[in-house]
Amino acid sequence: MSTILLRNLRVEADDYTLLADDAALPATGKLIVSYSRWQAEREALLASGRVIGVKIPNTIDIAGVLPEIADRPLIALDFPAFPDGRAYSQARLLAERFAYKGELRATGKAVVRDQIGFMVRCGFTSFELREGQDPAACLAAIHEFSVPYQQAADHAQPVFLRRRA
Amino acid sequence: MYQYDEYDQKLVDERVAQFRDQTRRYLAGELPDDEYRMLRLRNGLYVQRFAPMLRVAIPYGLLSSKQVRMLGHIARTYDKGYGHLTTRQNIQFNWPTLESVPDILADLASVQMHAIQTSGNCIRNFTSDHLAGVAADELVDPRPYCEIARQWATLHPEFNWLPRKFKIAISASTTDRAATRVHDIGVHIVRNEHGELGYTMYVGGGLGRTPIIGVKLRDFLPEADLLSYCEAVLRVYNRLGRRDNIYKARIKILVKETGPAKFAEMVEAEWAQIKDSYLKLTQADLDRVKQHFSQPRYDAAAADDSSYAAQLAAHPAFAAWTRRNLKAHRVPGYSAVFASLKAKGVAPGDIDAAQLDAVADLADRYSFGEVRVTHTQNLVFADVAQKDLYPLWQALAGIGLATPNIGLLTDVICCPGLDFCSLSNASSIAVAEEIFERFENLDDQHDIGDIKLNMSGCMNGCGHHSVGHIGILGVDKKGEEWYQITLGGSSSNDASLGDRTGPSVSRADIADAVQNLIETYLAERHSEDESFLDCYRRVGMAPFKTRLYAKVEAEA
Ligand code: HEM
Ligand code: SF4
Repeated sequence: MSTILLRNLRVEADDYTLLADDAALPATGKLIVSYSRWQAEREALLASGRVIGVKIPNTIDIAGVLPEIADRPLIALDFPAFPDGRAYSQARLLAERFAYKGELRATGKAVVRDQIGFMVRCGFTSFELREGQDPAACLAAIHEFSVPYQQAADHAQPVFLRRRA
Repeated sequence: MYQYDEYDQKLVDERVAQFRDQTRRYLAGELPDDEYRMLRLRNGLYVQRFAPMLRVAIPYGLLSSKQVRMLGHIARTYDKGYGHLTTRQNIQFNWPTLESVPDILADLASVQMHAIQTSGNCIRNFTSDHLAGVAADELVDPRPYCEIARQWATLHPEFNWLPRKFKIAISASTTDRAATRVHDIGVHIVRNEHGELGYTMYVGGGLGRTPIIGVKLRDFLPEADLLSYCEAVLRVYNRLGRRDNIYKARIKILVKETGPAKFAEMVEAEWAQIKDSYLKLTQADLDRVKQHFSQPRYDAAAADDSSYAAQLAAHPAFAAWTRRNLKAHRVPGYSAVFASLKAKGVAPGDIDAAQLDAVADLADRYSFGEVRVTHTQNLVFADVAQKDLYPLWQALAGIGLATPNIGLLTDVICCPGLDFCSLSNASSIAVAEEIFERFENLDDQHDIGDIKLNMSGCMNGCGHHSVGHIGILGVDKKGEEWYQITLGGSSSNDASLGDRTGPSVSRADIADAVQNLIETYLAERHSEDESFLDCYRRVGMAPFKTRLYAKVEAEA
């Protein structure tokens, strides 16, 4: 079963393929490679002229690797377990501090309706839903809360600014 | 006190709807057990030894009479008729059914309350001084800062899935009554040499199985920068805190393993990036929240009353109560009044529905409609005029809340232990009961003076045993209940962890052991003015140890 992708607030076909580290480059299509492969083969991958995104482990310091990945059209951040929230911080740094404008994709075990609202707030723009998720319910969950207290990477106007107005 | 506006209300209402749906999905088998567990914890719902347990947030311990009545209603309607005040100024209900919890949360939302983030690996309820706004030794009222921080932490999108729970306490007085040094972040509101308000920031304190006193991370943080600095600490923690081992996941371990100096450097580097962002507090933001905590309309003539002096003279029991259960108030003619939840035959911190109703009425009649929860599991009526002290005492005595033992030996901090908690090794409530009986005589207690006896049923330390002047920790020895004793702990300004006396003592001997320690103190102290803690710090472990083990049969 192929994963369901939410992007731009709707269900979209995934135009990227995640490439295993030992797999050869397929002839066509957009690709996502692991960060380690990107590091090892960057010159060759760039020379291939293909559209290539990079998947970053959640243990990596975003500021440290930014120069290597800032120009990528897609960065995927991973939630290897439901309660492992490290990628939230990575996402905010990318989206807010480093003004990353490409596709910021959430992958892994936490990409479910019960967390997706937080992910949107932290700057993720696309979501590879975990298997078994109902995409309509996930979309609805994005709007579960209408009045955030904090300013973050989305464009929701936080309560403290509304009160200042 | 703080009043919700439409935004605050909307958020708690939406949270109830979200949790109702999560519970429905769980019961329908659509949400995996493990994930529902983590989601329900973030709504205060544990599943305990016998039943679910719901922890309701009482931000910085402050309640309106209307809220207290609602807690009574919840105790009566959904529980077995009582609740339990906790050491972080919250209240827990031990017997609700899981299915009823969404309704309870809806009831709470109707009086501007919630259970958001009272458990789970996220930022927990903010605690503060139970004498905030009335204490003579206070620099400014800490509650507006707590409320601002509470809002920042509520559903914080980045910090809801931390390595471990995260507790913050804010204090603004010379004497730390909020145990700030045993919190993940402890904030002391201070004034610098230029007269500017700001904060001294402590990080990495905590109890539990590796108790640690927090280290000072920054001497002076400007007033506007509270949230950005906390955000910097949390971001470093979220990134680097350990997730491989639950026992090493608290920020205290990260601070310790990284080294405080290096950790401070990382926080400062992160903070430098965000201190001038939207997180900076404006004077208008501060003023808007501060106006919710303006002083009540005190009676300027309160001190002119003469009935109080007459009643003191006429009623020795009343006079005895005023000596222990009143604290000085800033305004002449007023006192802060402690209602003791440490009565004979009642588990420390338990309060029933009838008492909650009565407390609400008394708050309306005598204390501007408000009451506070203390971290020692008692209640405070913070603004009582002197002419009202006698009728308040009578009313409290009528509902069993006038035990004159605040700060004395029987004012124990105690966790639920074997009676409710599935993690416990040993009972704590029953031991508290035995100690109560043994030291019930008030004259003896007065003679012993100020002392903190803290007790936990296992090393998770819910009963703050490691910072008790006397700490008692339940341990399991081949299925039997044993107790390890520590001396010399403190959670106040002179925060320290207690030292172990030696081998643990049996259930049969624990009350004798406490008595031996008390007798040693009475024999060793310089004078009545030397407290147990001061005496222990002066004479050290040796005399206590000798007497303790000479009389008590310790485990080999
Ligand atoms: C009966 C159900 C309870 C359970 C299962 C429970 C469980 C735990 C656990 C596992 C910890 C250790 C966390 C850690 O080390 O990171 C802990 C700590 C704590 N609990 Fe409880 N607890 C319960 C009730 C209570 C009650 C009734 C109180 C208040 C009277 C309380 C207050 C605390 C406090 C203050 C801590 C220490 C916080 C720190 O480590 O800094 N708990 N609890
Ligand atoms: S200290 Fe242990 S026994 Fe007591 S409530 Fe906490 S977890 Fe349970």
